Amino acid sequence: MKVQVLGPGCAKCKKTYDVVVDALRQLGENADVEKIDRIDEIMKFGVMMTPAVVVNGKVKCSGKIPTVAEVTNYIATALAEAE
Amino acid sequence: VIKRFADWLAFDKIGLAPKTHWGEGVDFFVYDIIKIFALLTLIVYGVAVIRSFFPPERARRILGGKREFFGNTLAALLGIVTPFCSCSACPLFIGFIESGIPLGVAMSFLISSPTVNEVALVMLWGLFGWKIALLYIGTGVAIAIVAGWVLGRMHMESQIEEYVLQMKVGNPQEIESPSWRQRHDDAVVYTKGILKKVGPFVLMGIAVGAAIHGWVPMPFVVRIAGPGNPFAVPIAVILGVPMYSNAAGAIPIVQALTAKGLPLGTALALMMSIVALSLPEIIILRRVVKWRLLGVFVAVVAAAIIVIGYLFNAVL
Repeated sequence: MKVQVLGPGCAKCKKTYDVVVDALRQLGENADVEKIDRIDEIMKFGVMMTPAVVVNGKVKCSGKIPTVAEVTNYIATALAEAE
Repeated sequence: VIKRFADWLAFDKIGLAPKTHWGEGVDFFVYDIIKIFALLTLIVYGVAVIRSFFPPERARRILGGKREFFGNTLAALLGIVTPFCSCSACPLFIGFIESGIPLGVAMSFLISSPTVNEVALVMLWGLFGWKIALLYIGTGVAIAIVAGWVLGRMHMESQIEEYVLQMKVGNPQEIESPSWRQRHDDAVVYTKGILKKVGPFVLMGIAVGAAIHGWVPMPFVVRIAGPGNPFAVPIAVILGVPMYSNAAGAIPIVQALTAKGLPLGTALALMMSIVALSLPEIIILRRVVKWRLLGVFVAVVAAAIIVIGYLFNAVL
């Protein structure tokens, strides 16, 4: 599983990263969490509002700090799809 | 009802005498705070729900291939309903330019989006009344249209950083459209965030405003910034640039000064400048456009605000 947090490095993006780490820990799921702050990398996802959360290459949300419950949901969905 | 509560609290409960400095000051403070926070909660929540229907991808789709003047108008209007945060200014700009939206149209969006914001709207509505709030929206949109159009006419495409033009933007992925439940939850989180962020500034602004109501003599304000001073409007615009994050705190102060004789056009110019010309946004935009375009951008927007200021001073 690969989770990417997109954002140029503002306070909201850092918060989002923490939320993702938190959600993974609660799930006991091991994932490769990556923070992407280079604008050209962000644009490759077609995202225009940061922060955004990408799970296994799929944009799950953009333009807001998701809650832990939401991120848990994204990951659960991605896990189900992977099977 | 709120007025009566404030009167009761200030005069009966605390025992201050009406028509004294302290009495009037506390009365104003209590009344304004209750009204503003109630309005903030309602309006910010409402706006957040509306905005959940207008992600920037939609604005980009709508604006693609639109002609100049019509495109500017559309961009200025979309700027109101599309959620915006200054951290997203860069990806937004790149996304717009890359999909072939003209530079001037993108600029109209970037001017209108921060200018017509819900917090300023609430403060104006609560403190100045709905007519001024509408006037503010109208002039904000007008400035965005005209300034964006002028910038477009200047053909400064060469002033966009090269890497922006070469950048490959991925196709926006379809994010599941949120449910009503989701929209509500997001709006609640957003409203709480805003209240927490601007709350202290609102309190401070209203406190200073109340102090001005109670203590500052009218002739003083009129002498410095009144109709007799032809430079009041440009000075107000310059003063507004570094005050970016404190629109919520500045508006109550401006309102108090207006009650003491500050002309409304000058007051509007100051408030427009606070939100439309913000230092952090200018610095962020520097990453995607060169200094010359940035300078012209600031100059054109400032000029538009100054014109509006003089116009309202003359008409109102």
